[in-house]
Amino acid sequence: MFLLRPLKGDRGGQIFVALLVALVIAVTVMANLPQENPLHLSSYTVTLLGKYLTYALLAVALDLVWGYLGILSLGHAAFFALGGYAMGMYLMRQIGDRGVYGNPELPDFMVFLNWHELPWYWQGFDQFWFAMLMVMLVPGLLAFVFGWFAFRSRVTGVYLSIITQALTYALMLAFFRNEMGFGGNNGLTDFKDILGFSLQSDATRLGLFIASAVVLLLGYLACRAIVASRLGRVAVAIRDAESRARFVGYRVELFKLAIFTFSAVLAGIAGALYVPQVGIINPSEFQPLNSIEVVVWVAVGGRATLYGAVLGAVGVNYAKTWLTGVLPDAWLFALGALFVLVTLFLPRGVVGLLRREKEQ
Amino acid sequence: MSDILRRDRVFDFMVAREVEDLDLSHGTVLYMEDVSVSFDGFKAINGLNFYVDTGELRCVIGPNGAGKTTMMDIITGKTRPDTGSCWFGQRLNLLQMDEPEIAQAGIGRKFQKPTVFEHHSVFENLELAMAGPKTVWSTLTARLTPEEKGQIEEVLEVIGLQDESGRRAGSLSHGQKQWLEIGMLLMQDPLLLLVDEPAAGMTHQEMDRTVALLKSLAGKHSVVVVEHDMDFVRSLESRVTVLHQGGVLAEGSMDQVQNDPRVIEVYLGGADAEG
Amino acid sequence: MKRLLIALLLLFTLPALGAKVETGDPDLDRAFEALLGSDFAAKQAALQQLVANERPERFQWVEGILDGRLRVLKKEKRVVWVEKDGRQFKATDALTAQVLGEFKKRKLKKFRINNSLRRTIRSILAARDLDSPDPRARRKAVEAILENPSPDQIALLQPRIEKETDPAVLDAMQLVMALAKLQSPDEPERLKAIKGVSGSLEPAVRQALVRLAENDPSPSVQKSAATALRKIEDRVRVMGQIETLFFGLSLGSVLVLAAIGLAITFGVMGVINMAHGELIMLGAYTTYLIQQLMPGLPGVSLLLSIPAAFLVSGSVGIAIERGIIRFLYGRPLETLLATFGVSLILQQLVRTVISPQNVPVSNPEFMSGQLFINSALSLTYNRLYIILFCMLVFVGLFLVLKRTRLGLEVRAVAQNRGMARAMGVRAARVDALTFGLGSGIAGVAGVALSQLTNVGPNLGQQYIVDSFMVVVFGGVGNLWGTLVGGLGLGIANKFMEPWAGAVMAKILILVFVILFIQKRPRGLFPQKGRAAED
Repeated sequence: MFLLRPLKGDRGGQIFVALLVALVIAVTVMANLPQENPLHLSSYTVTLLGKYLTYALLAVALDLVWGYLGILSLGHAAFFALGGYAMGMYLMRQIGDRGVYGNPELPDFMVFLNWHELPWYWQGFDQFWFAMLMVMLVPGLLAFVFGWFAFRSRVTGVYLSIITQALTYALMLAFFRNEMGFGGNNGLTDFKDILGFSLQSDATRLGLFIASAVVLLLGYLACRAIVASRLGRVAVAIRDAESRARFVGYRVELFKLAIFTFSAVLAGIAGALYVPQVGIINPSEFQPLNSIEVVVWVAVGGRATLYGAVLGAVGVNYAKTWLTGVLPDAWLFALGALFVLVTLFLPRGVVGLLRREKEQ
Repeated sequence: MSDILRRDRVFDFMVAREVEDLDLSHGTVLYMEDVSVSFDGFKAINGLNFYVDTGELRCVIGPNGAGKTTMMDIITGKTRPDTGSCWFGQRLNLLQMDEPEIAQAGIGRKFQKPTVFEHHSVFENLELAMAGPKTVWSTLTARLTPEEKGQIEEVLEVIGLQDESGRRAGSLSHGQKQWLEIGMLLMQDPLLLLVDEPAAGMTHQEMDRTVALLKSLAGKHSVVVVEHDMDFVRSLESRVTVLHQGGVLAEGSMDQVQNDPRVIEVYLGGADAEG
Repeated sequence: MKRLLIALLLLFTLPALGAKVETGDPDLDRAFEALLGSDFAAKQAALQQLVANERPERFQWVEGILDGRLRVLKKEKRVVWVEKDGRQFKATDALTAQVLGEFKKRKLKKFRINNSLRRTIRSILAARDLDSPDPRARRKAVEAILENPSPDQIALLQPRIEKETDPAVLDAMQLVMALAKLQSPDEPERLKAIKGVSGSLEPAVRQALVRLAENDPSPSVQKSAATALRKIEDRVRVMGQIETLFFGLSLGSVLVLAAIGLAITFGVMGVINMAHGELIMLGAYTTYLIQQLMPGLPGVSLLLSIPAAFLVSGSVGIAIERGIIRFLYGRPLETLLATFGVSLILQQLVRTVISPQNVPVSNPEFMSGQLFINSALSLTYNRLYIILFCMLVFVGLFLVLKRTRLGLEVRAVAQNRGMARAMGVRAARVDALTFGLGSGIAGVAGVALSQLTNVGPNLGQQYIVDSFMVVVFGGVGNLWGTLVGGLGLGIANKFMEPWAGAVMAKILILVFVILFIQKRPRGLFPQKGRAAED
């Protein structure tokens, strides 16, 4: 079990992996029960769980840079959304001539805008492998270019946070423009199928859920491998005493760049799994609020633990689903209060609380 | 003790690289010539000339604001001077290198305020400081070899923290942090050590051990010590450079310097003003 | 048969011919009677006769003839002013101002005029205005002629140019003359006229020059007209640039207003307040609420809103500082998260308590309209007021920080908290007051924004990223930096808009600031010295 080696010494991680495996098995079984059975899981629930798992992956990615490297990114949802758009472009091309206008090549919104040709950057997205490459490459490249400038000029702390927020804000404005060729306001939607499987079928939805679980597991293990290695220790060293790390001989900017880029790629993959499950991607995913929500998931769960990020993402999103169902107006109050209370009273999150009780 | 600090075979890679770049054929490890730097019109360093020989132990003293810390900042790449040149050996122009490059080339620095990696254990602090390749990939794949482990344990013994190996560095006392930082310097195995106020917050016994350690380091390494404590400086028995207003005021043995009328003027004059 | 015809003819013309007017002044009677008649040549003469009369009302009568408000009561034979009141007409004697009661339409006789008479009347009125002692009225008259020039009106100008003393009116008169000369059949005359109008921004001049440049039979006139046109276009372009600069300044002022409170909380105290935008929003809502309390008094309520918004946002700010931020000093990232939570709560509070929709805030009269500079450039008053207001707030804040005890303490705490405390500054109180000051300014900015944009729960969100950009761009802890940064970004934004589009300009500005921060992490005006390190 070479893959599971990073879990050595990570009790929380072991529990998380065990629970995840149990969840996948349980969901697979329950989704296949006959409809009359009270334990039957509707495909709505399966998709909801799958969505939570993609959020969890995004949270893990953020925890890697925030918890371990000390970079509070307020723009991580931008990488998530970019990965989502790359996947969305693939799904749009799969619609083929089944769109409203029946154009075999152009997505509906382009026909609507009177475009006659596919823009160059839409080429190749009919191939699944190419789209998947872009899912990783586009967020990775953006993170790399951004980080290259930011880290080399030693922008740190709140300055960095604010410019990451400006980054996602700028992207949001850009994607709202029709001229960008990504569907403007409405974004990309009305997807039909993925790799030939209908997105409406229960089996595909279960498959996407399992794929999300597997990718989350792999992503977690990869992050855990980094954190457990000397690279992870260098990251924490940079977080705690950046200039000392420099004087010891580490090229701080390269370490930041590498980990930040890796984290952005993970976020992009999470976004790519998210889009086929929710069936739409639009510019509001770039909203600064979304990125900050991710931060609060990690803060609630407990940063610098990785599994805490998973816990926070699933927990907060479950609460959101529940609360917006019961009391739609109360959600933002609850979220706001969560921000305040966690920072004031739970600086180490739920995980910190559990640990403290064990220590006592 | 000196035998612990000898260059280990493990570091052949580093040694080879340094010998290649670093030319110490003239017996001088550090040249600073005509260096000036000013902040907002205030000249922190003014036409400074400063040389350190290979294997030399050197003390730098001077009143507050004489430019001691700024000098170290320039050597380690934290501050860029307005004019002047700064060479490490014959070939390495320090003004064209940044902090990690300078550290990798073999200049180690201990800060005035001890800075260690607080969330790491003492052992991990030393591991991180260890000389060797420090790229992203090499740290990701690094596995501690038995030799490296042995070396860390030896340094732990030198700094007297062998029992604290697993403790979080943040929970150490001030003096222990000083020692840990010195230990990290040893792990870096630099050719030139810059030690800023090592005696601050130490007991007398600890100070004696520090003196012994610094003395033993000289010879194989060049050591520059900045210190306020005159007893400490005297017990190091080294050449002393007195800085004043960003330039060298006097240089020589402790006795020579102490009898230099200009030095007395600066120190006593300052005392008069304060009294 | 013939008799019958004559009788019929008499029957038709009799009322007209037989209309008599009795005003008590035989001269006037004759003139009005002639005007009621059908002989247009006689009418022309009668008009001149009427104007030659010394009565002060004479021009009003002429105007009344032009717009039909002056009529004659057939039976009573009196000249009256009429005012339509339902189906009846209310009549007032034109000479004695005696109210005569209401009459049916057919009891009243109109003065019938043709186009030639209308022109004459307009000339008479223009001449009256041109002789008015008020230069503004004179100028208006000249401008009216400029818009609709006719030879007889231009003829009115000629003798008056020499007597004119007001330079602006004189300029306008000369312009009209030159325009007239542009159509002169004489070539040197036209060339001279072109020289005379060169540099004028009047659209009429440009139209005339375009005609000359394209159609004039003489090539030299064509060339000279084209040159003059080019010169005019250059000036128009300059005016366009000035207008863009003005737009940029007003946008920049909005940015400065939004950011300057942040410059205090972020710059002076090192606190990241993500709820800053919502404090602005609260200021805007305060304006709305005060307007609701004082309907019909938009001007007064707007002025009252300024201190009210300062107090509302300021006290909310102090509550945030005392309740949350003071536990988080030295942990900027945590402060950022907690205040973001506050911003969500405030937004939702407004949605729940007031309305999730935008609320209407009216603009007082003095805010609408525009300041006319020349034909190519006029500045809207609301933008002018915003610029002015921004400067006032900036100067006020600057004085508070430089001249008052609080300002001194704020600066002391910002520079060295421990030392300030040792000197007897109560740091906690100063923190709360500073935060209150910054938040109060945000509220005042909200009052200004309520006059420019929609007031809704999302108002703050739109400005928070921009405000941070301004503060970071200008250099943290530096009010001048915020001013220069805000105005600079505003102007740059407006200058880019024409070729990049509004959204793209904004994106470009964001990207520019992101890159700029990387090059100069401490902004335009960095704080220097050792204190700024680490």
